[in-house]
Amino acid sequence: MKTIIALLAAGTALTSAAAAQDLAILNGRVITNTDQGQISSGGVLIRDGVIVSVGANIDVPDGVDTIDANGGWITPGIFAPFTQLGLIEVALEDTANDASASESEFSVALDVADSFNPNGTYIATSRIEGVTRFAVVPSTGSTVFAGLGALGDSSGDMDSLFDTQSFVFADLSQSGAGSAGGSRSAAWAFLEAAFGDARAYPGRYASGQGDALSRYDAAALVDVVRGRIPLILEVDRAADIRRAIRFAEENAPVQLVIFGAAEAWMVAGELAEAGIPVLMDPMRNLPSSFDALGSTLEAAARLDAAGVRVAYTTQTADGYFNARLLPQHAGNAVTNGVSWEAAFRAITLTPAEIFGVGDQYGALAAGYMADVVVWDGDPLEVMSAPTHVIIDGEETEMSSRQTRLRDRYADMDDTTPFGYRR
Amino acid sequence: MSLDWKRWTALLAMGALAACSGAEDNGESQSVREDDEAAELVRFDLDPYPSTYSPQAGETTFVTGATIFDGAGNEIENGDVLIENGRITAVGQGLEAPEGAVIVNAAGRFITPGVIDIHSHLGDYPSPQVDAHSDGNELTQPNTAEVWAEHSVWPQDPGFARALAGGVTTLHVLPGSGNLFGGRGITLRNVAARTVQDMKFPDAPYTLKMACGENPSRVYGSRGSSPATDMGNMAGYRASWIRAADYRDSWNDHWDDPENNPAPTRDLELDTLMGVLEGEILIQMHCYRADQMAQVIDMSEEFGYQVTTFHHAVEAYKIPDLLAEADICAAVWADWGGFKMEAYDTVRENLALTHTNGACAMIHSDDALGIQRLNQEVAKALSDGRRMGLEISDAEAVSWFTSNPARALGIADETGSIEAGNRADIVIWSAHPFSTYAQADHVYIDGALMYDRANDVQPVSDFDLGQIGEGDD
Repeated sequence: MKTIIALLAAGTALTSAAAAQDLAILNGRVITNTDQGQISSGGVLIRDGVIVSVGANIDVPDGVDTIDANGGWITPGIFAPFTQLGLIEVALEDTANDASASESEFSVALDVADSFNPNGTYIATSRIEGVTRFAVVPSTGSTVFAGLGALGDSSGDMDSLFDTQSFVFADLSQSGAGSAGGSRSAAWAFLEAAFGDARAYPGRYASGQGDALSRYDAAALVDVVRGRIPLILEVDRAADIRRAIRFAEENAPVQLVIFGAAEAWMVAGELAEAGIPVLMDPMRNLPSSFDALGSTLEAAARLDAAGVRVAYTTQTADGYFNARLLPQHAGNAVTNGVSWEAAFRAITLTPAEIFGVGDQYGALAAGYMADVVVWDGDPLEVMSAPTHVIIDGEETEMSSRQTRLRDRYADMDDTTPFGYRR
Repeated sequence: MSLDWKRWTALLAMGALAACSGAEDNGESQSVREDDEAAELVRFDLDPYPSTYSPQAGETTFVTGATIFDGAGNEIENGDVLIENGRITAVGQGLEAPEGAVIVNAAGRFITPGVIDIHSHLGDYPSPQVDAHSDGNELTQPNTAEVWAEHSVWPQDPGFARALAGGVTTLHVLPGSGNLFGGRGITLRNVAARTVQDMKFPDAPYTLKMACGENPSRVYGSRGSSPATDMGNMAGYRASWIRAADYRDSWNDHWDDPENNPAPTRDLELDTLMGVLEGEILIQMHCYRADQMAQVIDMSEEFGYQVTTFHHAVEAYKIPDLLAEADICAAVWADWGGFKMEAYDTVRENLALTHTNGACAMIHSDDALGIQRLNQEVAKALSDGRRMGLEISDAEAVSWFTSNPARALGIADETGSIEAGNRADIVIWSAHPFSTYAQADHVYIDGALMYDRANDVQPVSDFDLGQIGEGDD
């Protein structure tokens, strides 16, 4: 994890934080994600972009702006742990899609921070649905390694990546097996060899070449091999997940995170024991491949019961246009046996923890950064929506290109020509 | 022309399949036999793969005390539904249960008609998604009106059972959208079966899938052949309609005066297009952009046919007036887009705006996961519409996954609403169907309890049997 956290520690304010105001949000059901639990009627006080108090009775200093939640729900912002926000504007147009680079000579070293566009229109459409933080995950190209991911906020500010080179994503599922040469054996051989290269970096490259990676890619993998940033591995089949657990044991101190995880519930006890977290979509229930024959709507509940740390994704929708549907996916986890509290954590605090920022994001508690969403009802209900979205203590615009288009065409009786309606 | 497709159909209904001397060299004629009334005419079988669907036996069932959304725009508090012999025989408040009826106490629960998905690829793009299962797009030439989706449907697709758990009782399976004319679609009962014929909705009209825009021009343009552009797409459709009109005229000339006009050679592609021109086959057309839909509307007038539904229609909200005037429905997603340029202007309020501004609108899935929760998709579309100030009742919105797709499939007199005489296709929901937490508790098809969540009554496909996922939702 680089750059920005260090800047914060040094007392250098970010642009968004600098613009933050003092703000009180009152009169709502407060979901804290802490030992305070749910506060049936209360509020949150924010100073300089940071939460200073949460409770049933908040002392609001004179002159502080207030937002009336009007009996709605006050929650931490949604943290989407697996997105291509800012990478894809139109998926099928190569010129508007920077998620992957199959023609590149590089793999691990591909850094999404260099592709991320904070003005991508789906950042605003996600924000107005309550997504305040997200991981930006590259997609794989010609090898099992996709590259380096980053963490962002949905403010749309030019510096809205708050952490870069935050993790590496690699695909060891059937598709990864394909890109590695045709089998899982090939994919694991490549991964093991790549770790060997990074472990031996830079010495090995002084006298020759790596087994799997070029010098530049091996350098990018060093932080993963040394356990400084997580390695997110896509795997679905139970046997592959057990292989990944063994890999983590043999390559300590690597921090492994499993993505996909269709059959993770079958090895849930081992995952829990190994302390390996899982990013999975609770709505995935089709045997979509021979890797995923065990897909079931009950997977999230089974993982939760076994004590696995789980964050939810929108894998069955997509990660750029509809990362905003995360609350619906979490709601369906509740429908299929997960407690409301656990499901809501799986789209807020748990992903923040998995990315090592759970002490700053994902909860409403004194000292946390003020990412707060006010909803007009239970956020996991499909009929609910945010009324206010606060990022780093600053209230954001509740409009997007999509709402502008909607408004242009709402009134068919308006005599203003469509092109002049703004 | 005095003889047309309708008479042709009528004669077929009488079994009047006859041959004349002028057509004996038409080797493709099927089911040809002599008939005294029409001995001079050649006919071919319009239904060579007939439905063999037979409903499961159901019991006389009295569901009582529920909130009923009847799919026709009404909400009935504390309502009852009576099912006899597979049909709805009564719906309302304070009904009496006949003696011997199975009584289902649905107090606190909600009833809707069975969910209908007008856009599915279950069976022709089944799970698992392996190469051998890519049976939805006959990407060998831009006009494949001759292919029929039912010939690709694998009845063992595990997706059918998952959809049933989401309340789906009827679905329309289409060929893909890579071609200008993708082929015929088929309307199915969502029942576990050994053959697709055992799933075919009896007497549902055939449909023809067409596609606008990027897909055909990308597929064929990338091969250096036509169509490579939107204008190439239009030219391709129009050339086909001209041939279809000639084909129809040749048949009508033959039927008018068989002595002087030999029967044309059977052509499967043109059979389907002729069926459209005669109003017997319903056009279900994939089209995203408002301007492209407007072009297609003009084309349908140029050649004298009706477009029944624009599918995907992400820009329907821009032209509700044109759709209403042309009597064309829009089948849309709640909130999906961005995957290609023609899907860039998606708005969450598309369904609600199109509906409120006067056009027929409905939800669709085009997805083996989305089909499992069309109630939630409608809930999102409804709430987004209300949030911008549109006034739409819950009961109206239920029509978006029930009676409106039934209408657009030509089966509204059979299903899609809870009315006496209709097939008893009914879902009992555990909670309001617009709640994320609602589940289909009971799903009835033709009055038979095909899914019962509490009692583990559910089909398991041959594929799932003996696999890890057997019996899981």
